[in-house]
Amino acid sequence: MNEITKDLLREISDWNGEFKGAYNIREDGQCAGRVSSKNIKIESKTDKPGLEIFIAPGTKGETVSIPACVTHGDVDDLVYNDFFVGENADVIIVAGCGIHTETGEPARHNGIHRFFLGKGSKVKYLEKHIGKGHGTGLRSIDPVTEAELEEDSVLEMDTAQIGGVDRTTRITKAQLGARAKLLIRERILTEKEQTAKTDFRVEMNGRDSGVDLISRSVARDDSHQEYHSVIVGNAPCTGHSECDAIISENGKVDAAPELHARDNDAALIHEAAIGKIAGEQILKLRTLGLTEEEAEATIIDGFLS
Amino acid sequence: MLRLENISWSTPDGAGVLRDLDLTVPDGKLIVITGPNGGGKTTLAKIIAGIYKQDSGRIFLNDEDITDADITERARMGISFAFQQPVRFKGITVRKLIELAAGEKLPLDKICSYMSRVGLCAEEYIDREVNSTLSGGEIKRIEIATVLARHSTLTVFDEPEAGIDLWSFTNLIKTFEDIRKSLNGSIIIISHQERILRIADEIVIVADGSIKAQGDPDSMMKLLLENNSVTGKCFRQEEMF
Repeated sequence: MNEITKDLLREISDWNGEFKGAYNIREDGQCAGRVSSKNIKIESKTDKPGLEIFIAPGTKGETVSIPACVTHGDVDDLVYNDFFVGENADVIIVAGCGIHTETGEPARHNGIHRFFLGKGSKVKYLEKHIGKGHGTGLRSIDPVTEAELEEDSVLEMDTAQIGGVDRTTRITKAQLGARAKLLIRERILTEKEQTAKTDFRVEMNGRDSGVDLISRSVARDDSHQEYHSVIVGNAPCTGHSECDAIISENGKVDAAPELHARDNDAALIHEAAIGKIAGEQILKLRTLGLTEEEAEATIIDGFLS
Repeated sequence: MLRLENISWSTPDGAGVLRDLDLTVPDGKLIVITGPNGGGKTTLAKIIAGIYKQDSGRIFLNDEDITDADITERARMGISFAFQQPVRFKGITVRKLIELAAGEKLPLDKICSYMSRVGLCAEEYIDREVNSTLSGGEIKRIEIATVLARHSTLTVFDEPEAGIDLWSFTNLIKTFEDIRKSLNGSIIIISHQERILRIADEIVIVADGSIKAQGDPDSMMKLLLENNSVTGKCFRQEEMF
C-alpha cells in the first residue's frame, strides 16, 4: 500500500493505520489488504472485478470497510461489489473513494454497489468521495448504487463529495418492501469547472414503506450540478425529498424532482430551494464578529456538514 | 458610552426616517426605546450595529469615532445586536452558533449557563439545527443566548417580544431583569411592552424620526399613557396579552 493510498484512506474513512472489523482495500484496481471476520465474509467475484460481502444474520454492531483508491493518472477502475445482509443484522458499511493524480492523464473510479437487505436488517452506509493531487487529468467518480430492501429493513445512506472531483455521475436506485425505510443524506460541493449529476429512483412497493431523501449541494465558481429524483409510491407509503442548493459566483444548479403516486394512500412530498446565501445570514454572523468571507465559509460548512 | 450625533437616514427612495437625531447611552444603563411603528426605532438600532449606514452624523463608542466601522468591526468592538426576526440556518447547530458568538469552543456547562438563562435546556437543544423546526419562541430565546455569550459592552435588542407567546414573554421579562442585574455593559431594547419599559433606567420615545421625549420610566409612562399624539395608536400595553 503506497503513501498516497494511506493519505486518501485517512480522509475517506476512519483509517488510522488499521481498520476495526472486516475490510478490503482496493488500490489502483488491485487488492491491497483484506480481512474477514467471523460474521462478515469478503470474497472476490469470479466473473468480474469486485467483491461479494456476506453479513451473517443477526450480526450486530460490526463495521465493514471497503475503500477504493486511485493513486495516479491513466487508471480507469471498474468494480462490482455486492452486499448480502442477513436477516436482523445491524451493521455499518464504509465505502469511501479517493482519486489522486499528478499528471495530465485522467483517473476514474466506477463503483457499482448492490445491497440486498434481509428482513429486519439495518445498515448504515457511509461514503465519502474526494479528489486530490495537482495533475490536470480529470478525476472522475461514477458510483452506481442499487438496493433491495426486504420487509422491515432500514438502509441509511450518508454520502459526501466535498471538492476535488471533476466529473461525477451518481446513480442510486432502490426497491422497498413492506415497512422498509430508506434514508438518504447526500452532500455535494463543486468548484471551478467541475460537474456533478445525481440521479435517484426509489420505488416503494411494500405497504408502509418510506423514503426520506435529503440532498444538499453547493455549486461555486463555474461548476454545474444536476439533480434528478424519481420517487414512486406503488403502495400505501410515505415519501419525502428535499433538494437544497447554494449557488455562488457562476455556479449553476438544475433540479428536477419527480413524484409518482400509484396508490391512493401514497403520501409524497418534495421540497426544493436553490439560491445564493441569504444576505441576512451573513449579516447575523457578522454581528457576531465574523468577516463576510468567514461568514460565507461558516454557512457553507454548516450546510454541508 | 455610546453617543450618536445628528444622525439622519433616508430610505433609498428618499423618504426621511431619522432626522438629525442625538442620543447618549451611558455605561451600565438599560435604555428602552419606544414609539409608534414606522417611527425609526429599528432603523436606529441597525445604524448602531452598522447594518445600516447613516446618511449623515457621527457615532462614538467610548469616545472612539466608529462612524466608518462596519458591522464586523463594531461587533469586535463589543456591540451586539439581537434581531427582531432571528435568522435561521440549515446545518448550523445551536452549539455552533453560540460558540461562534463566544468566539471559542465552549464546554457543555458553559453553554448550559447561557441556555438556562433564556429558559432552555442545553442538552435538549445544542445539537439541533437553527432551522425552521424551531418555534418562534425557541429561536427568539436562542438569539438572546447568542448575545449573552458575547459579553458585549453594548447590546441592542430589537423588539425581543415580537413573535413569542405569552408564556415565553413572562420568562423573557425575567431574563431581562436577570441580564439587567448581571450585565456590565449598556443595553438598548427596542420595545412596545410596558413590562419591559418598566425595567428601564431611562425611556426614549422616538417618533417621526426624532426623539420626542426622554426620561425615567415613571414620567415617561405617564406621558405615554396620557398623550397618544406622542405614541400613536400602535403602543401596545401589557393588558393586550
